[in-house]
Amino acid sequence: MLLFVEQILNGLQLGIMLFLMSAGLTLVFGIMQVINLAHGSFYMIGAYVGATVTAQTGSFVLGCLAALPAAALTGMVVEILVLRRLYERDHLDQVLATFGLIMFFNELTRIVWGRQPLFMDVPAWLAGSVELIPGVPYPSYRIAVIAVGILVGVLLYLLFTRTRTGMQIRAGASNREMAGALGVNIRLLYTLVFGLGTLLAGLAGVMAGPILAVESGMGESILILTFVVIVIGGIGSIRGALAGALLVGLVDTLGRAFLPLLLRLFFSPAYADGVAASLASMSVYLLMAAVLVWRPRGLLPAHG
Amino acid sequence: MLAVAGIETFYGPSQALFGVSFEVQEGEVVTLLGRNGMGKSTTVRSIMGLTPVRAGRIVFDGTEIHRLPSHAIARLGIGLVPEGRQIFPNLTVYENMVATAANRLKSAAPYTLDRVLAIFPRLADRLDHYGNQLSGGEQQMLAVVRALMTNPRLLILDEATEGLAPLIRREIWQGLTQLKANGHAILVIDKNLDALMQIADRHCIMQKGRVVWQGRTDELAADEAVKARYLGV
Repeated sequence: MLLFVEQILNGLQLGIMLFLMSAGLTLVFGIMQVINLAHGSFYMIGAYVGATVTAQTGSFVLGCLAALPAAALTGMVVEILVLRRLYERDHLDQVLATFGLIMFFNELTRIVWGRQPLFMDVPAWLAGSVELIPGVPYPSYRIAVIAVGILVGVLLYLLFTRTRTGMQIRAGASNREMAGALGVNIRLLYTLVFGLGTLLAGLAGVMAGPILAVESGMGESILILTFVVIVIGGIGSIRGALAGALLVGLVDTLGRAFLPLLLRLFFSPAYADGVAASLASMSVYLLMAAVLVWRPRGLLPAHG
Repeated sequence: MLAVAGIETFYGPSQALFGVSFEVQEGEVVTLLGRNGMGKSTTVRSIMGLTPVRAGRIVFDGTEIHRLPSHAIARLGIGLVPEGRQIFPNLTVYENMVATAANRLKSAAPYTLDRVLAIFPRLADRLDHYGNQLSGGEQQMLAVVRALMTNPRLLILDEATEGLAPLIRREIWQGLTQLKANGHAILVIDKNLDALMQIADRHCIMQKGRVVWQGRTDELAADEAVKARYLGV
């Protein structure tokens, strides 16, 4: 029981990280129709800048405060210099160019920070654990991650439904030309949306810092899961990204934790562990295939 | 207020406008007439910067606008009601109205939600519906309202009554008559000549990318030959 609750919380926490990543990616994909493979690079930039500033100042909060603008500004510069040239071109060009960006940023981090991974400590004030459910202690830091993710989800919801900027973003997503003809500066809006997406990726990166190693190429492993999430959720849909992220986080985590136990009921332990490991790493893709058969446009497709 | 002078516009290699010139004065309702494919909508797209001109000038309120991006043109005070309505389907009626609303020219009596709903009361019951849940007529009214909420000095309507039931059409024409009474300058494209003759001051007839006839409503009414030759009536 203890293990089960713990694993569910772990799954939620992974899901929240994936949500932060996929919210930005699905926005950019849904609104600008750009496939941005380099989204993971902004996650990495957030992690590196956060780790460096935290190490220098000793303050995790300052590290976060530095990581967010670093990821957002890098994103906006990349949008202006690279992405703008790709909007009118086909997806293959976009994939090639943004794949190039991945290699550029991975090499850049190796030049700036070296080949050794950086390690971030969980800040002292979040190092303990709390009992959300009596008898089940859970690390405070991971609970903080979940709380931040929920807060971001609420803020995004308010931004898109309650503010005129959010309405203009949605208007521009459905009819770019018409929004422009009504006075919306679409180029500026795209830059801001891209910056928002990379800011969220940077936030995910800096929060992942104390959980994972900060190293060159760390963005790619989460990027693939992120794409799975937005396909499951429905491309362009933030609500879909949330649902998909939580689902993928839970399926991936629970699969890894419990498939071996489950299969041991039927097979010899060695055989069961081998099969379970393969099955667990396939589970999110099986989930994606099943969702696509059931709902080809994803769980919660973008409206209209 | 709006002066279009010798504009030439291309779609790729093929030329659509061959030196179109006309003017719209303060408070005036001017039509662009002519059969399909003669360049009326292209003229509108050129004015709005959606299909930029390759030659000629467009001046609005003393500002050269033919090299500006379309959002900058709109912000100078031109409101577009486009061909095919182009309501944002993923926004509610209310959101369609307020998303791009503005009063950049500091109009002393700006259009507000209440004022535009008084012109098209039918929309008041629909505020929570999404754009794609409206009938064609409601979408058309919403497109007019959406443009009005930017508080433009010039309103451009491209085929605002196309494909609508007669009753709805009448509502739209009544709305436009009110706007004219408020002193709005309007450039309108429509096939409904009788209604246009009621509301418009001047007319420009286009043929094959050129303005081939311009004149006042009484002149057009008297000239059966022009009507027969260019408009087929």
